[in-house]
Amino acid sequence: MIASLGGDASAYRLVLTDLQRRLRPYFLRRLAPGSAEADDLVQETLIAIHRRRDTYDISQPVTAWVHGIARYKLIDHFRRLKRQPTSPLDDAPELAAPDQSAAAEARRDVERALSHLPQKTQDLIRAVKLEEASHADAARRAGISEGAARVALHRGLKALSERIRGVR
Amino acid sequence: MTGNDGLIDRLALELVPVRPGAVAGRLALGALVGAVVSLTAVTALLGLRPDFLRAVLGPMFWIKLGYTAALAGVGLWAADRLARPTGRAARRLRLVAVPIAAMAILAAARLMDAPNVERRVLVMGASARACPWLILASAVPVYIGLCWAIRGLAPTRLRAAGFAAGLCAGGTGAFVYALHCPEAAAPFIALWYTLGVLLAGAAGALAGPVTLRWTDPPQRMKPPSAHG
Repeated sequence: MIASLGGDASAYRLVLTDLQRRLRPYFLRRLAPGSAEADDLVQETLIAIHRRRDTYDISQPVTAWVHGIARYKLIDHFRRLKRQPTSPLDDAPELAAPDQSAAAEARRDVERALSHLPQKTQDLIRAVKLEEASHADAARRAGISEGAARVALHRGLKALSERIRGVR
Repeated sequence: MTGNDGLIDRLALELVPVRPGAVAGRLALGALVGAVVSLTAVTALLGLRPDFLRAVLGPMFWIKLGYTAALAGVGLWAADRLARPTGRAARRLRLVAVPIAAMAILAAARLMDAPNVERRVLVMGASARACPWLILASAVPVYIGLCWAIRGLAPTRLRAAGFAAGLCAGGTGAFVYALHCPEAAAPFIALWYTLGVLLAGAAGALAGPVTLRWTDPPQRMKPPSAHG
């Protein structure tokens, strides 16, 4: 994505194709069964991503940015259906549920990146960052000293973040 | 599944590198154009304060400008976040308390210094009734400019973004209005200017879900002009 922002068209095409593949199920899952609008929404979202790509903040995850746009498009669609063009976005608790899928998508991204790290590092990161175990605890489980665990964890997270950035 | 390949090809073709700071630049442009309109209207309809040339030599004139510019700056800074998908800016917006508190302290000091009979004048001045409303009116062109800018970006929290835009517009409007308004007492500024700016923020938040909605109508045929 970052290469795309710099003007790399082939990287950009890959990103868009990948996003399209993920956006379709996103909308299909949330629309009424048999609804034909998913493709329109995918297209609208792709166009929005393209036209508004300068709003992507490089320090933020791409997933969150894309999801924010997709969710806005979805709510916009529901609102058009209801013919309530002025009902405020923030006051629609029944539309707030899709938010969890962001977590799911992000988790999938992280899991995919994690799977490239050594098993031991993976376990450490899962224990400390995902299960919120203490460093001492995680070190005991891995059978290494706490200091070694901290170092391994730090290196692992660095590799992880590089991988996530590189994947984009 | 592959229905959008043509679209993707076309979008990739018209890819132009994104300038860094594009969001801030667009917001600043919208605010600036609005400010020029507001300035033109205020000088034409209300006129500069009669003692303008003398006032620029005193501190209160500059304190007013600094105060209103700070409020506008906080609004713009928050809008830079809120104009992006999922952007949150509670921490940035909270910063608005800093200039307001500083002004309140200045006002309190001034009031405590003054003899009892003068206090009412220090707070009410000669134009308290009109001041917040004129600030609100001066803010309108800036708000419109900011709405244009933000709609071209991708806000998803329209109320919060509306508040940030309103706050920035209110601060800018008050800045322009200060060139007309001859009031020079800190208590007056702390109360009525602040009220006018916050009023603009509230109005902006109220209108946000309508004024900041954006769409991207599908357009297969027409080559769209990519903004930014």
